[in-house]
Amino acid sequence: MADHTQKAYDKELELLERRIAEMGGIAEKMVIEAMDALSGSDAALAHKVIASDERLDTLQREIEETAVLTIARRQPMAVDLREIISAIRVAGDLERVGDLAKNIAKRSLKIGGEARSPREIVGLKHMNDVATELLKDVLDAFAQRDVERARAVWERDVELDALEDSVFRDLLTHMMEDPRNISYCAHLLFCSKNVERIGDHATNIAETVFYLVTGETLPADRPKGGAEPPVEATGATT
Amino acid sequence: MDAATSKAEVEASASLRDKVVVKNLDFYYSPGGPKALKSVSLALKLGKVTSFIGPSGCGKSTLLRVLNRMYDLYPGQRAEGEVMMDGENLLAPDLDLNLLRSRVGMVFQKPTPFPMSIYDNIAFGIRLYEKLPKSEMDGRVESSLKHAALWNEVKDKLQSSGLGLSGGQQQRLCIARTVAVQPEVILLDEPCSALDPISTAKIEELIDELSDGYTIAIVTHSMQQAARVSHFTAFMYLGEMIEFDDTKKVFTAPRDKRTQDYITGRFG
Repeated sequence: MADHTQKAYDKELELLERRIAEMGGIAEKMVIEAMDALSGSDAALAHKVIASDERLDTLQREIEETAVLTIARRQPMAVDLREIISAIRVAGDLERVGDLAKNIAKRSLKIGGEARSPREIVGLKHMNDVATELLKDVLDAFAQRDVERARAVWERDVELDALEDSVFRDLLTHMMEDPRNISYCAHLLFCSKNVERIGDHATNIAETVFYLVTGETLPADRPKGGAEPPVEATGATT
Repeated sequence: MDAATSKAEVEASASLRDKVVVKNLDFYYSPGGPKALKSVSLALKLGKVTSFIGPSGCGKSTLLRVLNRMYDLYPGQRAEGEVMMDGENLLAPDLDLNLLRSRVGMVFQKPTPFPMSIYDNIAFGIRLYEKLPKSEMDGRVESSLKHAALWNEVKDKLQSSGLGLSGGQQQRLCIARTVAVQPEVILLDEPCSALDPISTAKIEELIDELSDGYTIAIVTHSMQQAARVSHFTAFMYLGEMIEFDDTKKVFTAPRDKRTQDYITGRFG
């Protein structure tokens, strides 16, 4: 797209774009490392994940400040307006993704000492791989303004919902087999909810990409997965 | 694509009545000269505000001047095509221009009060078309000034000169003068470009209120103003109508790249 007559305007928009890219990189890494910390009982890695959340929060605040200033200064129109609104939205989603990853890292520290078998975590790891892929795809789609790729992410979130269902059943079985597993598996249940929510944020970003490029919104009802709705785990992020 | 919404919008705009319909309008400033308007088509909807935006020289003021045959004052200027108001051809050579201009009022960029009292500024136009008894004339002057949100500021000095008012007040006086003859369509050619933000806000508020009873066309260089006051927006460039749509659509997701470049400040 052609440059603005006022160069400083382009610089402001570029700044937003760069900060979103940085946030995306951090959030993606946090999601991967949080699960590694959980599955490998790696306390040092968990602490590292928890520490990176601060940078993510700072970036989100900077993006909001820049966006508000740009709106006040330039009264953006059309694609510029959509770009700024999208930056605010995506920054919000990525900040939440960071919180969810941080929560998984914290849980990995809590359950560090408990007896565990790798078996129980396989499904969860798989879920996390899918969520990471969705997040990566949707961030690429955002960077390249690629509607088709965004739509694919939006449609693929069903997979994650279905996986959450099966992880839920798995963990339930483990808990019934041996009550000593209950505390550990309960933590994993919360983690699976967190991963599912990371997927939801990826679809939010997909919707934002669609809006950014087309100016239209995706239909309200997204394809849903799972034969029955999984039990709502309230307070999962606390 | 949100099919349901856009369909509803299309139906909503289809249910609006066309007040003025322009079809394939060409305009020449001199015989044999270049076209200042090239096959422009659009419809002004009854009781709605339509704004015209575009860079200088794109033909937006020219189009406005065609709508009340202002160009007829200048020999050699010529419009071709069709301009219909309620089914009546506005380009017909035998059209009564005085009557037309009472039906299609115009307000200009610079306030143009007559060098006479505030009262007479309003009454002058009315006297051209109607003979009203004094009491009725007083009422009409008052209601026109109220309509233009000027009454409270001038009610105690109706006999002082209109030239003594501030720029914003003068412009509202001109709007009151236009409203006084009870036109059907009001044309505003950059009515706020010489005004401060407060006077501008007052005029915009006025446009909002007037749009209930009048069909309004406004030419403006302020995109934000077009976005604020109008229901429909037309983007013109080099004498062509590039895009004409719901204002909401034009300023959030325009169809044409040239519109987008212009409203986002990317024009070279």
